[in-house]
Amino acid sequence: MSDTVVKVSDLQYRVAGRAIFDGLDLEARRGRVTAIMGPSGTGKTTLLRLITGQVKPERGQLQVFGQDVVSLRKPELYALRRRMGMLFQNGALLTDLSVFENVAFPVREHARLPEAVLRQLVLTKLHAVGLRGAADLMPAELSGGMARRVALARAIVMDPELLIYDEPFVGLDPISMSVIVRLIRELNDALGITSIVVSHDVDELASIAHHSYLLSGGKVVAEGSPAELRDSPLEVVRQFMSGEPDGPVPFHYPAPDYHSQLLGERDGSRPGDRS
Amino acid sequence: MIVAALQRVGAVGVFLGRVLAQCAPALLRPRSVVHQVYNAGARSLIIIMLCGLFVGMVLGLQGFDLLQRFGSEDALGVAAALGLLKELGPVVTALLFAGRAGTALTSEIGLMRATDQLTAMEMMAVDPLRHVVAPRFLGGVIAMPLLVAVFNVIGLFGAQLIGVQLMGVDTGAFWSQMQSAVELDDVNEGIVKSVCFGVACSLVAVYEGYTAKPTAEGVGLATTRTVVISSVLTLLLDYMLTAAFLGR
Repeated sequence: MSDTVVKVSDLQYRVAGRAIFDGLDLEARRGRVTAIMGPSGTGKTTLLRLITGQVKPERGQLQVFGQDVVSLRKPELYALRRRMGMLFQNGALLTDLSVFENVAFPVREHARLPEAVLRQLVLTKLHAVGLRGAADLMPAELSGGMARRVALARAIVMDPELLIYDEPFVGLDPISMSVIVRLIRELNDALGITSIVVSHDVDELASIAHHSYLLSGGKVVAEGSPAELRDSPLEVVRQFMSGEPDGPVPFHYPAPDYHSQLLGERDGSRPGDRS
Repeated sequence: MIVAALQRVGAVGVFLGRVLAQCAPALLRPRSVVHQVYNAGARSLIIIMLCGLFVGMVLGLQGFDLLQRFGSEDALGVAAALGLLKELGPVVTALLFAGRAGTALTSEIGLMRATDQLTAMEMMAVDPLRHVVAPRFLGGVIAMPLLVAVFNVIGLFGAQLIGVQLMGVDTGAFWSQMQSAVELDDVNEGIVKSVCFGVACSLVAVYEGYTAKPTAEGVGLATTRTVVISSVLTLLLDYMLTAAFLGR
């Protein structure tokens, strides 16, 4: 079997005429943690939606497990998705089910297991994320970090070959953050799964990723191990890795000239203003 | 604008087809359907009963006032029964259903969309149409005729309360005239209407929720649209069905 689990080549995708991706190439290898980094608004989440077949690109190839995602019909796409797990930014737990039932949900849908076996399976996965004791709570009673760990247990309950994380570190306190960081690497190593992590938290990613891509302007601008990225001579990479406010990625959203816009406003040229 | 409206009708039609295709698998899990019948039906009971009582009481009052002018107040039972069974029962129940259960369905499904729950299901290779939409649709369709039946019974009780107890219509005349004048066809008309309204209101509610923009504003707008569209559709369908039944 090929070593490449996800392969994206020459990907082009537009939203409302604006090119989000313009000739993007990247790949994720079996058993490794691949990080996809980039400033906010570079379409990292959109990339995950493309890889999982939720949206279709204009051009380019998207291969997951050697299958062309773009041309798959719904039953084949669903069959493919059963081999992957995805962790959403906010957890996306089903709010009308308890923690236990949330983790049991995909199993109940796809497999006929005796209740005792199911219970054992769910508790094992909850134990792996440290929340066996929270099995009877409802999602509304969980903190953000706990919700994400439950969602992680749900994502791994079907033993996926590929795990996709969408911004797993956003909005977590330092303790929850390091718990999630450790879980991602541990799950990857213990279960031998392939992981794709989308995030902009450079330091957290550096500690777990085998290989990183830095996206900017719809393309991969740099790739390599975290150390290689840190030593990159490219200005845009340096700015992102060390978090400088201004540089190739400008601080200001594109706007007309500051002075002329302010003066223009006083002249009453803004519609609706009384002159 | 006309093209957009037609496109919308077409989109709802396609959506209905997809939901109907998932109804059989959803019925194989009766528990979730029963749960939705409870949500849409049992939880609407209080408002339905309250409104049924008032509508019946008004019917008794107005009917008595009208019939008295012709000296035929004994026919009050017939008038109240036909009015409730054929028109007021299904229509008022459908309007209340749109406001009570329809809005709840739309906002629930819309919020599930907004919080990625529907996407998460798709990612777990579970079709949200089968798991979320179809049971709620079926629940509404099953609940509506039952609610209409309750509304009618309470409404008749209200008419009797005013007509017989307050205005002094003869009890025997009230019930016996009703029994002899109301045909099975009249009852059937009400049942057919209630089922049609049930399908229309439930479909609008789940469609608006499913296609709502995943934002606070989007879900709010979708909820408003559910009430407006369901109400207009109910009255329009009511006219068409009445015309069809009278034309037989």
